[in-house]
Amino acid sequence: MASDLLNLEGGPTRPGVRYGFFTDTSICIGCKACEVACKEWNGVPDHARGFTGNSLDNTGSLGANAWRHVTYVPQSDGRDPVQVAGLSWFGDDPGLPEGVHGSVDARGVPVFGGVEAADPTRTGFRWLMSSDVCKHCTNAACLEVCPTGAIFFTEFRTVVVQDDICNGCGYCVTACPYGVIERRQSDGGAWKCTMCYDRMRGGKQPACAQACPTDSIQFGPLDELRVRAAARLDRVVEAGYSKAQLYGHDESDGVGGNGAFFLLLDDPEVYRLPPDPVTPTRTVGAAWRAATWAGVALAATVASAFLGGRGRG
Amino acid sequence: MSSTDRVDAAESVAVQREAAADPSVRTYYGRPVLKEPEWTWEVPWYLFAGGLAGASSALSAGARLAGLADLERKARLVAGAGAVASPVLLVMDLGRPQRFHHMLRVFKPTSAMSMGSWILAVYSSSAGAAAALELLGRWPRLRTLADVGAAAFAMPMATYTAVLVSDTSIPVWNEARRELPFVFGASAAASAGAAATLLTRPDESGPARRLAVVGAVGELAAGRAMHQRLGDLGGVYETGEAGRFERLAKTCTTVGGALLAASAVGGGTSGRRSRWRRAADVVGSLLVLAGSVCQRWAVYRAGFQSAWDPRHTVAPQRTRLDEGTGHRTDPAA
Repeated sequence: MASDLLNLEGGPTRPGVRYGFFTDTSICIGCKACEVACKEWNGVPDHARGFTGNSLDNTGSLGANAWRHVTYVPQSDGRDPVQVAGLSWFGDDPGLPEGVHGSVDARGVPVFGGVEAADPTRTGFRWLMSSDVCKHCTNAACLEVCPTGAIFFTEFRTVVVQDDICNGCGYCVTACPYGVIERRQSDGGAWKCTMCYDRMRGGKQPACAQACPTDSIQFGPLDELRVRAAARLDRVVEAGYSKAQLYGHDESDGVGGNGAFFLLLDDPEVYRLPPDPVTPTRTVGAAWRAATWAGVALAATVASAFLGGRGRG
Repeated sequence: MSSTDRVDAAESVAVQREAAADPSVRTYYGRPVLKEPEWTWEVPWYLFAGGLAGASSALSAGARLAGLADLERKARLVAGAGAVASPVLLVMDLGRPQRFHHMLRVFKPTSAMSMGSWILAVYSSSAGAAAALELLGRWPRLRTLADVGAAAFAMPMATYTAVLVSDTSIPVWNEARRELPFVFGASAAASAGAAATLLTRPDESGPARRLAVVGAVGELAAGRAMHQRLGDLGGVYETGEAGRFERLAKTCTTVGGALLAASAVGGGTSGRRSRWRRAADVVGSLLVLAGSVCQRWAVYRAGFQSAWDPRHTVAPQRTRLDEGTGHRTDPAA
């Protein structure tokens, strides 16, 4: 397979070349090897959350202690599942009607959360799965707002936080349009995926890409990945997935394109991705102009307060 | 878990369930797309203290030019108090406070926090020095130099915090970027005027009182303009904690401003009248100050509520993609 070329050991990574991830979600099997490999290699602390009730996703979201996050979206007949509280798969939810808990429909297919298939004779069902990660944006909002210079671009054009500079102001957290980076409670610093900067400097691929058993996560020079992704998209669309799309491959988007981009089978928001992300730096000029005018207005108001008497009134 | 964490968790889960059940927007189980702000209680108090200080420096400069020595002195002291409190509050909010000086490693125009660190560094040392020299009663020429420094950075100090808040991806903050500087600036004027009215001799307090009234009116007007701009996003200012703070802010500012206006126009200097007017000054000033604090808290909490709701992020972006004004080009092959 052509993808083996980019996933083999060796083939040293060259400084000055932009590297990235192409995540082909059409072949993700939801095994979470990427989550585990990432945590093991990087020594990422635990993020105990318990059961979320969101299919097999018990990580919940990316964060300071979760640098890879696999999302699961079961869809019957192309519809999104209705969210029901609790462990609906096991019929715990008391809000469901009698006899619906953990039931199966006429075809013997389990019914999720009490949602019956619209037409019981149809067999349309699929499970969208995707491994989410820091996008390593071209115009990285986190980097653009970091006031200490802790966040920087590496020689591979990836985005990395220098932990010994970060003072935990948390401004990057509010700037990221994808909700990736987060401040870690235990040590006060901001943490996120480094694209295994240390492994890349050692000529290896990131831990998640190496661990992925289906080559859903592909690592390599970004321009090669984009060529490969375009060809893959054509094949997926030909196979009948009309909503298949590339996400983050386009340099004219609101963040200048991503170093980690995706092939999705449905709208981005279904995978918890913003449909049209923009870095706030695009609009900060307007904000500064407004602040300047407000400052002028304030100065004028103060000056005019001195017209009229010095005493009361 | 502190009690605030429990309330936050319950409120955010309620928002998630609403979002999950909303058929008009597709989400991932109603889960938020963005992270909620990491900022804690020190930040809204800093927004208030910084604005109060900056506008007070401007008021003090005006008083000096107008020859009102008591107003000049009191406004200088208020500015100094705000200037000393501000960096302390900000450093306390950091995840690693001992590294606060790392903010002064870079000068980054794309970052409102970087620019703000420099503005604050220059302003607070100037205004703090001016107030200290005032209290010491010595070296008037040095104090004047400090005054000039404070006055030069007073307007940035009073308005940059709005850019700090809106230079983020939080929808209710970013969409308000054109109005928030006027809300914060007017609020700063109102609070500076109110504080000075409270502390200054009555025969010099006229300008401070007028500033407080105009500031209060401006704060309410700019707030309205912001809500009109926000449209659906502005719903967070009507619910939850943000809603409570917003209603409190509007009430306090309106009543306080009215009392100060009544005191300003009410005539006569007889004993009883002047006691009523003094009472109106005190109550009105305290209410205007409280309204200014609550306004900053409302904006702060609104950011959390906006981050919790994936619809705030998804709906406007999906709309602009569907209308062809999005940044992503047509993604299908």
